[in-house]
Amino acid sequence: MSRIGVFICHCGSNIAGTVDVARVVEAARSFPNVVVADDNKYTCSDPGQQSIKEAIVEYNLDRIVIASCSPRMHELTFRKMLKDTSINPYMLEIANIREQCSWVHKDIEAGTVKAIDLVKMATAKVDKDTPLFTTTIPINKRALVIGGGIAGMQAALDIADAGYPVTIVEAEPSLGGKMVMLDKTFPTMDCSACICTPKMADVGSHPNITVKTLSEVEQVSGYVGNFEVTIREKAKYVDYATCTGCGLCETKCPTKVASEFDQGLGQRKAIYKPFAQAVPSKPTIDAAHCRKLTSDKCGVCEKLCPTKAINFADEDKLTTETYGAIVVAIGYKLIDWGALYGEYGGGRYSDVISGLQFERLVNASGPTEGHITRPSDGTEPKTVAIIKCVGSRDPEKGRSYCSRACCMYGAKHAHQYLDKVPDGRCYVFYMDVRTPGKGYDEFYMNTQHDGAVYLRGRVSKIFEQGGKLICKGEDTLIGKQVEVAADMVVLETAMVPADAADRLGSMLGVTRDKDLWLSEAHPKLRPVETNSGGIYLAGTCQGPKDIPDSVAQASAAAMKVAILFSKDELESNAMIAGSDASLCNGCGACVNICPYSAITLEEVTRRENSRMVTRQVSRVNPGLCQGCGACTVACKPGAMDLKGFSDEQIMKEVEALCQW
Amino acid sequence: MSVVDEKWEPTVLAFCCHWCTYSGADLAGLNRMNYPANIRVLRVPCSGRVNPQYVLTAFNKGCDGVLVCGCHPGDCHYVSGNYYAKRRMMAFKRLLEYTGLEPERFQVRWISGSEAGKFRDTVVDFCEKVRALGPYTGGAVSLSEGLGAGAELGVGAELGVGAELPQGGDAQ
Repeated sequence: MSRIGVFICHCGSNIAGTVDVARVVEAARSFPNVVVADDNKYTCSDPGQQSIKEAIVEYNLDRIVIASCSPRMHELTFRKMLKDTSINPYMLEIANIREQCSWVHKDIEAGTVKAIDLVKMATAKVDKDTPLFTTTIPINKRALVIGGGIAGMQAALDIADAGYPVTIVEAEPSLGGKMVMLDKTFPTMDCSACICTPKMADVGSHPNITVKTLSEVEQVSGYVGNFEVTIREKAKYVDYATCTGCGLCETKCPTKVASEFDQGLGQRKAIYKPFAQAVPSKPTIDAAHCRKLTSDKCGVCEKLCPTKAINFADEDKLTTETYGAIVVAIGYKLIDWGALYGEYGGGRYSDVISGLQFERLVNASGPTEGHITRPSDGTEPKTVAIIKCVGSRDPEKGRSYCSRACCMYGAKHAHQYLDKVPDGRCYVFYMDVRTPGKGYDEFYMNTQHDGAVYLRGRVSKIFEQGGKLICKGEDTLIGKQVEVAADMVVLETAMVPADAADRLGSMLGVTRDKDLWLSEAHPKLRPVETNSGGIYLAGTCQGPKDIPDSVAQASAAAMKVAILFSKDELESNAMIAGSDASLCNGCGACVNICPYSAITLEEVTRRENSRMVTRQVSRVNPGLCQGCGACTVACKPGAMDLKGFSDEQIMKEVEALCQW
Repeated sequence: MSVVDEKWEPTVLAFCCHWCTYSGADLAGLNRMNYPANIRVLRVPCSGRVNPQYVLTAFNKGCDGVLVCGCHPGDCHYVSGNYYAKRRMMAFKRLLEYTGLEPERFQVRWISGSEAGKFRDTVVDFCEKVRALGPYTGGAVSLSEGLGAGAELGVGAELGVGAELPQGGDAQ
């Protein structure tokens, strides 16, 4: 037999104005197991709380109902109050007789009847309450940052500066990501390498940061504070411990391959550093193209290396480590316009290039040493057409969203071209010009003053005629067809999620949106957190962004990690699901339905019907379970239940409403 | 339909998820909106927590109408709970209608934490429709008859808590 105390709040006249509190108290006294019912002017006030505490002692109560404002308002207040008493803080139910009764009903009779019903339901529920306890989860104060672009580096530096060890996992042979490929950054036109490479060096030399290049996350298990992560470090065939980065091997390697860093416009060797300022500043052998590794010939680098750092027998290394938090910063890739836009030549015309290729062309350390020349014949283009929104804002062929940065880097490309080719002409085809940002619109205006001709309309076709690329489109402002005979065309292509996004998202339990961008926990109020505790997003993996926004988000993610690491342990949610092993038949329906991957099947040996039986049953991880209860409904044998909102409690509430 | 007592007031139960509809209902209170007092809100963490058996029990024990409310699709606090609720409840609603329950008596609605007005409108509209239908007299008998094997499914009036739940994973 439980001993229930019911406390009805007047909330001044907020409740008492439309609800006859004395009648509710009287009715509550008649409910089963109610030992005492009382009212109070302001229950949440100190005297109000004191009177409840006294009643608990006086009547030896073991659970209480408070009829007052919404539990969203004061449930925590009253739970805290119960911490000072003999009652477990979860042996409490709140009847919401203010927001959902007195404030919305004018009729005192109807309001009072409803308030009595609500107290009745709460009393029925509290009768089945059980003491609940939180557990503490230790926090491993080491962070993993996946991706070594500008966002990943910024997050890693901030976390490391806060004093916590960080590991960066980067898929490419060097840190830097896309930013280090860029020539200049809008709107200030400072050299991208000049601001990015010092960050790379800072990361490489930071005592708290471990960099793993050519690596990827193979497997993740565990939960906030305790992620077990397996990292695959691919074979580099060069021992970084002995390699001094002298570069002799690179000069003598006979194999030339199109350079990924230069977007295929330049060449690199089979043993290579992607670019001069790479971090780590040591070469890697491209196993797919190395003569020694493909046909067991050559091996010149091994003979030349003064420190004997070349190791053709190198293998992938798998390491498993524990991290407390993970920052995902895997960035973006550019849409494969060649496959989607046959009308732009689909890649047949070598002088139709992407914006990133233009960045390499115009870059002083790029394949042309900064001279803007046509990839086909090396001549300087006198007319350049820039086409924006290739793949963006195009739900039919590309993506429906705006890629956010293209208007600005389109203007930057026009400005750079006109700067380097003063007698050139530049046409920019656009749908809209979107320049929200500090100094952005001024930059766009300057580009127009430089002489860039902006034409509003999409290009419907590009074809070759007499050595020129004819861009056929419409100028929708004058309502006429236009044709621009260009020497070179630059396509400002859409950002799309990196290839790893989908696989990594499902591995980490981070949802993807319709375009496969990783989803934040709340678009406005929790923009860097994910629905999985301890996993944060930084940069363009969450959606298209420019550099300032990526950096800001990365620092925000780092702050969230630092907040998590500022505590030694986490308190788990007490109101979570739990499975009754004696009822569980191991069907696994709950495992599939759980959005947090909090349920696993495990083998147990137990005595059943006087026999020892070994079978699979489900187990809920208290660190991962968020208490949604989806599994409880999926459970056919009724083994799964939710603490604090159990089947029995809810059924009793329903029964109380109808039948008491 | 039996002759309706003039003093009869419909009993309407609404299962509301904590994060969206329940806070939308709180907001309706904060804005001092008015709606019929027949509604009784039962708070659940997520619409995905609502077992169809609760709805059956509600009708069996004498509710005249049942609402299940949650976050808008895509907005679930628990990622996907409302999608589970949607699929379960849509299948379940067809079953209920097959047993003879008027479709207006059981509704599923998505109401966000900011949609106080939508909460009020939903309650006004729902209570009006249930009132027009009169008391629900189907009870356990017609449900069991309609289902045929109702007793084995655990739909009977004597159904105890903790009995085997009739709707399971196949509804996802």
